[in-house]
Amino acid sequence: MVRIAFTDNLKKHIDCPASHVDGATVREALNAVFASNPSLRAYILDDQSRLRKHVTIFHNGAMIADRTTLDIPVSAADEVYVFQALSGG
Amino acid sequence: MSNRFHVGSRKGLFTFTRNGAGYVQSPPAFLGEPVSSVLHDPRDGALYAALALGHFGPKLHRSDDDGATWTEIAAPAFPQADANADDAPSVDMIWTLAAGGDDRPGRIWAGTIPGGLFRSDDRGASWSLVTSLWDRDERKEWFGGGFDKPGIHSILVDPRDSDRLTIGISCGGVWKSDDAGETWRLAGKGLRAAFLPPEQQLTQNTQDPHRLSACAAAPDRIWCQHHNGVFLSKDGGETFEELSEVFGFGVAAHPSDPSSAWFAPGVKDECRVPVDARFIVHRTNDDGKTFAAKSSGLPQGPAYDLIYRHALVVDETGDNLAMGSTTGNLWTSADGGETWRLESANLPPIAHISWD
Repeated sequence: MVRIAFTDNLKKHIDCPASHVDGATVREALNAVFASNPSLRAYILDDQSRLRKHVTIFHNGAMIADRTTLDIPVSAADEVYVFQALSGG
Repeated sequence: MSNRFHVGSRKGLFTFTRNGAGYVQSPPAFLGEPVSSVLHDPRDGALYAALALGHFGPKLHRSDDDGATWTEIAAPAFPQADANADDAPSVDMIWTLAAGGDDRPGRIWAGTIPGGLFRSDDRGASWSLVTSLWDRDERKEWFGGGFDKPGIHSILVDPRDSDRLTIGISCGGVWKSDDAGETWRLAGKGLRAAFLPPEQQLTQNTQDPHRLSACAAAPDRIWCQHHNGVFLSKDGGETFEELSEVFGFGVAAHPSDPSSAWFAPGVKDECRVPVDARFIVHRTNDDGKTFAAKSSGLPQGPAYDLIYRHALVVDETGDNLAMGSTTGNLWTSADGGETWRLESANLPPIAHISWD
């Protein structure tokens, strides 16, 4: 199973503990999390299911480049981290 | 008389409750988060607060206990389109919220950036895009003013007929519907944009009405603080008369005197500070024939406060006003804007104020 974890900065808005989910791609892994936590979806993805502009995802330590399809293969024991850009003031 | 108003700021939501001559400030809700719109629904007492989270998108919360607790509810969102298309829309910000009329319980309208109008009939539990407006060919000619994309900032629901709507778009002109948004027509004839090429200055579809405000007792009187100046409509926004070339964002129509309104002037186009660094409020009592400068209680030295379009508001009596600035100053008036009282000089930048 893929381990997926979320930035602490998201946790003040919505409960989103790290979890282990099934999925063959980053998109599928995210959908598996959203299935049990539907409200989380709009914090990560925009209306068109693209990654939000100031959110980023690391897969096994590398930032993903495809922010639209999220069709990045993942396998068991992989780690996916959802982070936010440090911006604003 | 309203005893309370809500201040949506860059760093949270503050509520001010009347206490003698002034107001007491509450601890903030949503501390640290930008609050883009606030609505107190007089029909059921609910409070709505729209957040514009920098990372995590627009959110909407409702309180059914006077702001003691808040529950996140659905936020307006565009239907799924081709996500690879450059123009596949996503809501950036909920810019304005409006109650849908006394005979439409539970109906809430939301205007967003980009320029989508959304309707909820269940107190914000679900939303639907008003496609009849979004699908108009004219929308493709709208453009952003201050923001990258155009946005709907004013939604006027006619108190005589809840199906009659007038909306203001920056920059997309004034639009009207007589059937609760089923069909639309482009209104706002007479608005003028000096910043456009000469042959396009009267083009209705690309006007930049910064804010529309209607007289509650005479809803066909609609005041418009336009990028180009101040305009007044006497026919519900179909046509406007140009009154001045004074720039500004905020306008508050007197609730019972159709000839009276307040404005917060500034320097156009991009400068956007008080004229000669002298911060004043303009009031007209004569349909905009004259504008009197009011400064009692306002800064007497150089000041650079700007009043955003949703941050100059009057209560239902016409006596009590509240006004908040980008510098985080908050003033109230209890005498129709003749004199002002500083309630706080230490708030975050203020985007929005709503009376209860």
